[in-house]
Amino acid sequence: MDKQVILDAQQFDLTLTRLCHELIEQHSDFSNTVLIGLQPRGIHVVKRLRDKLYEILSTTPVCGNLDITFYRDDFRRREKPIIPSVTNIDFSIENKQVILVDDVLFTGRTIRSGLDALLTFGRPTKVQLLVLIDRRFNRDLPIQADYIGKSVDTLFHEKVKVSWLEVDGEDKVELYMKDSNE
Amino acid sequence: MNNLSVSHLTGIRDLTAEDIEMIFKTADSFKDVINRPIKKVPSLRDITIANLFFENSTRTRLSFELAAKRLSADVVNFTAANSSVKKGETLIDTVNNILSMKVDMVVIRHASPGAASFLTKHIPAKVINAGDGTHEHPTQALLDAYSIREKLGTVKGKKVAIIGDILHSRVALSNIYCLQKLGAEVMVCGPSTLIPKYIERLGVKVSHNLHEALMWCDVANMLRIQLERQDIQYFPSLRDYALQFGLNQELLDSLGKEIVIMHPGPINRGVEITSEVADGDQSIILNQVENGVAIRMAVIYLLASQIER
Repeated sequence: MDKQVILDAQQFDLTLTRLCHELIEQHSDFSNTVLIGLQPRGIHVVKRLRDKLYEILSTTPVCGNLDITFYRDDFRRREKPIIPSVTNIDFSIENKQVILVDDVLFTGRTIRSGLDALLTFGRPTKVQLLVLIDRRFNRDLPIQADYIGKSVDTLFHEKVKVSWLEVDGEDKVELYMKDSNE
Repeated sequence: MNNLSVSHLTGIRDLTAEDIEMIFKTADSFKDVINRPIKKVPSLRDITIANLFFENSTRTRLSFELAAKRLSADVVNFTAANSSVKKGETLIDTVNNILSMKVDMVVIRHASPGAASFLTKHIPAKVINAGDGTHEHPTQALLDAYSIREKLGTVKGKKVAIIGDILHSRVALSNIYCLQKLGAEVMVCGPSTLIPKYIERLGVKVSHNLHEALMWCDVANMLRIQLERQDIQYFPSLRDYALQFGLNQELLDSLGKEIVIMHPGPINRGVEITSEVADGDQSIILNQVENGVAIRMAVIYLLASQIER
């Protein structure tokens, strides 16, 4: 499979910094805003955003992790059961502005499940979506992001991989393309 | 991660240690869910579960019903007391009639050992054993071990004494299998009439002295005297039993160490355990009940994931 780097380490960092500033533009000091990362990969985005926001604002926004396993719409359509990750929301989201965070927005089904899962914790005033990579034109559901790191045009069978320094050894985003003769 | 190695839950004996760990890990997530404001997930929207209780039960039936409902499954309840069983219908006929109403999973409690296992051979639905006579009660053993894991961090290497009517107890047998698979040591304790012959062959220690058992153990699981299953007189009187094998605060304090007290319920207060101990700091009896729902959700969820669409 051919692969192409969409974001290298430097662009990766710039993109996250820009996303932080976009967030500050709308949520200023995060006094009424919480960040919630979708398990398993969205939590890395949240962690980075939190660290960067602290550098800029000197305060840390309230952050949580949300597991959506039991809310998925593909239960029993897979070979094996999906074993859940940890949900960690030890604060109230009632009347808060919630920013759902994930690494890649693709079909929109994960976000749909995420919204269902989120609403079992209470009724936020507003929910927004932040993604590092938006795979445009591949949506199954009418879901769009409010904050986008980078939009890419991909074919359905292609694969976008986000690597993180802390788990994969380096920060980068790659697009795996199907060979033309395959 | 793989699926469970079994396609029904008829007994702990058929499970591997990996199966049990998978159930515990899944139960951790469900325990989190049932402590949320909305204690429900939509996973099993398209599954229907029949609870068939041919024997009395409060806790287990409620627990299974709640577990199913919190997974968004549809539930039908059946109790033998007011059913066609009284008119002479056989078990298979009863169950097949219920299945023709499109039921995907059956939870069964029956007085005959092997009833659940028998059903698996004759019906196309998933079967969960909720107690078959004096044989096994797998979900109780799972929730007991899960509660020990929660309280003490691990089950491996712990010493667990099962005390009371071992002979008539399906909880005891399932607990022995479950605890041993997870690496715990097990001792059974009770009057010699209520301990099955040759039980040492299962690899358990045997004691007829309550104080000795309590001194040895980290966890004491107190069982009820099952008078309804006792066809003959196994001990002189309940008062005599309570004096020899009843757990009271004085005895607990005399040990000079903290042990965890468990009881699968229903409690006969003043017989196998005094109120003071049952409601005391060392007792995790009500935690067991809470964990029961999470464990049953995990078992139902993992088995349901094997059902083909």
